Amino acid sequence: MAAPRAIQRNLAWTRAAMGAPLVLLLVLFLVYPVGQLLLLSVYGESGFTLAQYRQLFASSVYLDVLLITLKISLVTTLICVVTGYPIAYLISVVDKKRKTTLLFWVLLSFWTSFLVRAFAWIVLLGRNGVINKLLISLGIISSPASLLYNFGSVLVGMVNALLPLAVLTMLAVMENIDRTLPRAAATLGARPGMAFWKIYFPLSLPGVAAAGIMVFVTAIGFFIVPALLGGRRETMITQLIIDQVQQTMNWGFAGAISVLLLFVVFIVFAAYDRLLGLSTMTGAAAPRNATPSRLSGPLQKAGDALLTLLGAISDRILRLLPSRRRDRNPDQAGMGLQAFVWIMLLIISAPTILMIPLSFGTGGLNWPPQGFTLHWYETVLSSPLWTQAMLRSLLVGVGTGLLAMLIGTPAAFLLVRSDIRGKAAWLAFILSPIVVPRMIIAVGLFYVFARMGLVGSAFGLILGHTVVAVPYVVMTMMAVLRSYDTRLDHAAQSLGARPIATLRYVTFPILGAGMMSSFLFAFATSFDELTIALFATGGLNATLPKQFWDEVTLQVSPAIAAVSTCLFVFMGLLIFVAERLRRRAAAR
Amino acid sequence: MVSSSLRIHELCKRYGDFVALAPTSLDVARGEFLTLLGPSGSGKTTLLSLIAGLAHPDEGRILIDDADVTHSPAYDRDIGVVFQNYALFPHMTIEDNIAFPLKMRKVADTEARRRTAEALETVRLPHVAKRYPRELSGGQQQRIALARCIVYRPAIILMDEPLGALDKKLRDQMQLEIKRIHRELGTTIVYVTHDQEEAMTMSDRICLMNAGAIEQIGTPQDLYFRPRSVFVADFLGESNLLSATVRGVDSDGLDVVLAAQAAPSRAVGNGSIFAAGEPIKVMVRPQNLVVGDAGGGDQLAGRLSGRLLDVMISGSLTRLYIAPETAGMPQLVAAHPTRSGAAPYEIGQLLSLGWHATDAVAISDGKGI
Ligand SMILES: Nc1ncnc2c1ncn2[C@@H]1O[C@H](COP(=O)(O)OP(=O)(O)O)[C@@H](O)[C@H]1O
Ligand SMILES: [Mg+2]
Repeated sequence: MAAPRAIQRNLAWTRAAMGAPLVLLLVLFLVYPVGQLLLLSVYGESGFTLAQYRQLFASSVYLDVLLITLKISLVTTLICVVTGYPIAYLISVVDKKRKTTLLFWVLLSFWTSFLVRAFAWIVLLGRNGVINKLLISLGIISSPASLLYNFGSVLVGMVNALLPLAVLTMLAVMENIDRTLPRAAATLGARPGMAFWKIYFPLSLPGVAAAGIMVFVTAIGFFIVPALLGGRRETMITQLIIDQVQQTMNWGFAGAISVLLLFVVFIVFAAYDRLLGLSTMTGAAAPRNATPSRLSGPLQKAGDALLTLLGAISDRILRLLPSRRRDRNPDQAGMGLQAFVWIMLLIISAPTILMIPLSFGTGGLNWPPQGFTLHWYETVLSSPLWTQAMLRSLLVGVGTGLLAMLIGTPAAFLLVRSDIRGKAAWLAFILSPIVVPRMIIAVGLFYVFARMGLVGSAFGLILGHTVVAVPYVVMTMMAVLRSYDTRLDHAAQSLGARPIATLRYVTFPILGAGMMSSFLFAFATSFDELTIALFATGGLNATLPKQFWDEVTLQVSPAIAAVSTCLFVFMGLLIFVAERLRRRAAAR
Repeated sequence: MVSSSLRIHELCKRYGDFVALAPTSLDVARGEFLTLLGPSGSGKTTLLSLIAGLAHPDEGRILIDDADVTHSPAYDRDIGVVFQNYALFPHMTIEDNIAFPLKMRKVADTEARRRTAEALETVRLPHVAKRYPRELSGGQQQRIALARCIVYRPAIILMDEPLGALDKKLRDQMQLEIKRIHRELGTTIVYVTHDQEEAMTMSDRICLMNAGAIEQIGTPQDLYFRPRSVFVADFLGESNLLSATVRGVDSDGLDVVLAAQAAPSRAVGNGSIFAAGEPIKVMVRPQNLVVGDAGGGDQLAGRLSGRLLDVMISGSLTRLYIAPETAGMPQLVAAHPTRSGAAPYEIGQLLSLGWHATDAVAISDGKGI
């Protein structure tokens, strides 16, 4: 029959039109630039060469940096997962109201710029900072200790930067664990410790694994924290790439280091896939239809025995406690847990908050703050560098938000609503900008933009930021669309609404809140983005993070505290608005 | 009154290799109340979505009042759909929900308001106009979904398990309501349910579906008293199915021999063609099994004896579960209206069972068991 074939052909065209912009974007501004960079590492003036790699492995310098990078990343990941677990656990069990409060602090920290947080630690750990002053007044030390520019300070900064990510990733899984299961275990005779270690903990493991790999991979690509808080010995691998590009313009060698970095990330993912399966990465749905882990027999048995032991030990310890505590409602978190979580939240939020009084003080960045002045705010607002940067960041952020929505939303529709082949592969492709270290994308883009004359242009920056923001838009929109009842569309059509009217009166109004929050996500990603902006902008066309970076690497001044305060308040407002939107959507 | 006839010709829908609806033909008369009945997964929703234009058939045609609408989009078909979960728009007030189809049809504002109020009257909920769907109870939402559907007077209304989420009492009440609206509007209705009682009480005809195909179509009486297959007999109410062999066929019935019995007995046909020697099932409904003390009842066509296993009283009916003396014969159930006073039989007692020839229906044994 002719008609159905026409419909089929129409459908194919519609699908192509929905998916093509995203594919095109990623091919042109992710695959091509990264490919170019990798090619540059093996093509010199005289054709194919391995010279760059020979140089890379000639001395132990670069491998040492790689080892340091891995060491810092590994320790950071361990600390983030271990301390993040109780935080995520508490958030997943408390009542709605306290959950909102706890989550607000985690989100605030999550969204506060890495730059702002790293800068805050510089001030906090400085010779005249809070910590030194506190230690002196307590009589623990007599003269200021140098707490900065060592492994410890880098670690503090890294954990502060990545703990929120770990918490949010684990929370996504924990929220989907059926709360009745540990209770069922209790009715079957399991004591609380056993119920936790044997039932709850194994179910939450996919979240732990996902958090682990997310934190590790992000940490490997970090440069802000080691550059600001570390000394020479804490140089990380992305810093080497920056040096190659900014100081010597040695594209080939930058490419070779990128290949090394990419190789490490690839190994990490391959190992993860081997052990746990990449499908658990998508987190949320995992515990419900959990597939048996790929760990083989003996390993699994050992793990099971370990959990049993942990359960028994916990119950022994619990039995030593006064009986009132022991028999409390299993859903109520203990005082110890609550105290721990609040202390952790304090530690990750305090530095930025302590910045606020300093920005109004006349005593520079020394603790305690003295006097009151708006001088630093006036300095910032009267400097064209800063005001230009703010406007630029707003422009690029809004542009990125709009473009990412425009490109990402149809793709999300396609992935959720249609039965295209190879969905998993498409999804992996779309999410690849998150997995490929940002620095590699940034250098590749810089190279390509330089040839296209797009360096320094807002448009180029919007394109670059859209590449890294669009996966988040697609993921959020997919989640939003999955929870959307398509029967509403069907109802609208059966009531006489044409496709456009259906979108206008039914689909978009209902998806509105979800679309708004994914726009905000894209906006915030761009607003806070430094890596791509690092190369692609400068001087009067710098973005706010770039301007911040240029200033902070030059000198540590109270003006930066003023900017930090502004950014902090701005992000706080943004989260507040996004949260309101989300709740309004959930109320339906 | 607006209402249309519906004709479906060899309609077929596949999902990959899986046949959700085998080529199916069906005629629905103008103003008829037809029910699609069948177990979950039997293709009822698939058929309904094809009719509504919410899914595209792989083969076959759909005609409304003899016009081919197979490839017209949902919004052009003048069909109303009431969805199982109601599908009320959560971001619109009740009023706006009901006025939505009128707005899509560019009905003038005052007229739209008048008709919306009228529809709310019809479903007896005029006071909820300004509320949002979430502020209504399940039963009320159900009625609003109905109001939104009748407000634009579609020529055919499709309902997909519209009462599935309601409790028993509310369901009974809504069944009456839907029947009343059907009487008042005279619209053609295609109704989907998996509840055989609901289908029996509401329909002009029932179309019983199984595994993506029509098993039997006819009036509720037809399906209940003259099932064509073991599946139909089983699906609509309880039944006793006895294995038998056809001895002979004549104009008003069959001579059959029950398995493990020598004496022939009589049974009526169900419209199928039987041949002598063919193995069949003889169906007797529980309420048609006549139970007595062993030995009585000579005027009955079939006779068996068995021991009483259990007695269960479920409100108006009392069920007797009986194990036949004949080896290999399945357990039987007999039902009679519950009477007050002590139970007339004791567990373990030997009882005689019989039935009238007109209550024994021959069913081909081809498929099913
Ligand atoms: N979109 C689809 N993709 C694949 N299979 C489907 C789809 N929709 C329905 N089916 C299958 O078709 C069969 C009939 O489904 P449906 O018509 O919904 O049954 P019913 O409404 O009678 O419960 C089911 O086995 C179902 O799994
Ligand atoms: Mg159905």
